[in-house]
Amino acid sequence: MLATLIIVFREVLEAGLIIGIVLAATEGVAHRGRWIAGGILGGVSGAALLAGFAGALANAFSGSGQELFNAAILAVAVLMLGVHITWMASHGRQMAQEMKAMGRAVVQGDRSLTAMALVVTVAVLREGSEVVLFLFGIASSTHEGAAQMLLGGAAGVLAGALVSWLLYRGLVAIPMKHLFKVTNAMIALLAAGMAGQAAAILAGTNMLPTLGDEVWDTSSILRDDSMLGRALHALIGYSDRPPGIQVAAFLVTLAALITLSKMVGQGRRITSSEPRSASPAL
Amino acid sequence: MTRGTFFLAAPLLMGIGLAGAAGTAAADVIELSISGHKFTPADVTVPANQKFQIKVTNNDQTPAEFESHDLKVEKIVVPGGTVTVTAGPLKPGTYEFVDDYHPDDAKGTVTAKE
Repeated sequence: MLATLIIVFREVLEAGLIIGIVLAATEGVAHRGRWIAGGILGGVSGAALLAGFAGALANAFSGSGQELFNAAILAVAVLMLGVHITWMASHGRQMAQEMKAMGRAVVQGDRSLTAMALVVTVAVLREGSEVVLFLFGIASSTHEGAAQMLLGGAAGVLAGALVSWLLYRGLVAIPMKHLFKVTNAMIALLAAGMAGQAAAILAGTNMLPTLGDEVWDTSSILRDDSMLGRALHALIGYSDRPPGIQVAAFLVTLAALITLSKMVGQGRRITSSEPRSASPAL
Repeated sequence: MTRGTFFLAAPLLMGIGLAGAAGTAAADVIELSISGHKFTPADVTVPANQKFQIKVTNNDQTPAEFESHDLKVEKIVVPGGTVTVTAGPLKPGTYEFVDDYHPDDAKGTVTAKE
């Protein structure tokens, strides 16, 4: 049972960390609970569906179907995180002001919520189909410990959810003035890490050049299959022996997001100086 | 540290990309099968410093996930299914792989030799 718990927890952890960040980043946005729950539900149903077609997917695109699919959904997540960062650059300041003025009151943010719900769906979908297949394998085996193992699986999912919750609670303990700065930075790193992973996956199927097989080797310090390594892999795309293309995609995406956020932020400041002067505290 | 492998890899990549499966020499493909949550063969040897492919067939009734952090590969193999992954070039040494769904039983190694 413990072995099953650990296997499932490891798979759920990555999605759990992403959901924790998304929850903190959307703190105070109206109806966000509904959207994020919808995102999780969409991810779980998608994962079940995907698990059913795993064989067909593996054989698609001359055997590169799984890799192409993973790279594609990572790309979708990167795009959606970009949408959120731009939205925050133009609304974040005002949002923090309103929330400060009215306590943790809600503000409208439909566009950003759609993007963030999709990020959650993608995160759950990616790891979820592996969990579904794993649990399905257990359930369909006549192994006498199957019930115990399923229980372990359920405990693994709960443990993953707990990590999400703890990360979320930890982040929202940050004073409102700084919260969105922190979540924006985390989201930019998350997106850059995902772009790096997508590039590495494509390089693995020879669709992109590797630009050097390993830029560094830190496997003696922090292996990426250790728990901390996995968490950092999920948060910032850490790899102990990354190919050059992964590092390049990380840096390019990060630079692009920072530039985009600065440009939108400045445009906003020029066009609307009034709300700012109304609250000198910010 | 990159040891100029890019210059080696680039023409190789183009070769594989253009010629598809036919362009990959048969010697570069390592075939593994999973039965009773065990890999056969469990320990294989490949030449160091060149790319190779691992073809995994799952003969069990349950799904498997061929995974190796050492080799940077991760791929689901459905019951009765076969997948192929590309790995390397590897420095000489021993690299571990597992079926991530049965990591205690199904494990093996790739040894890269000059």
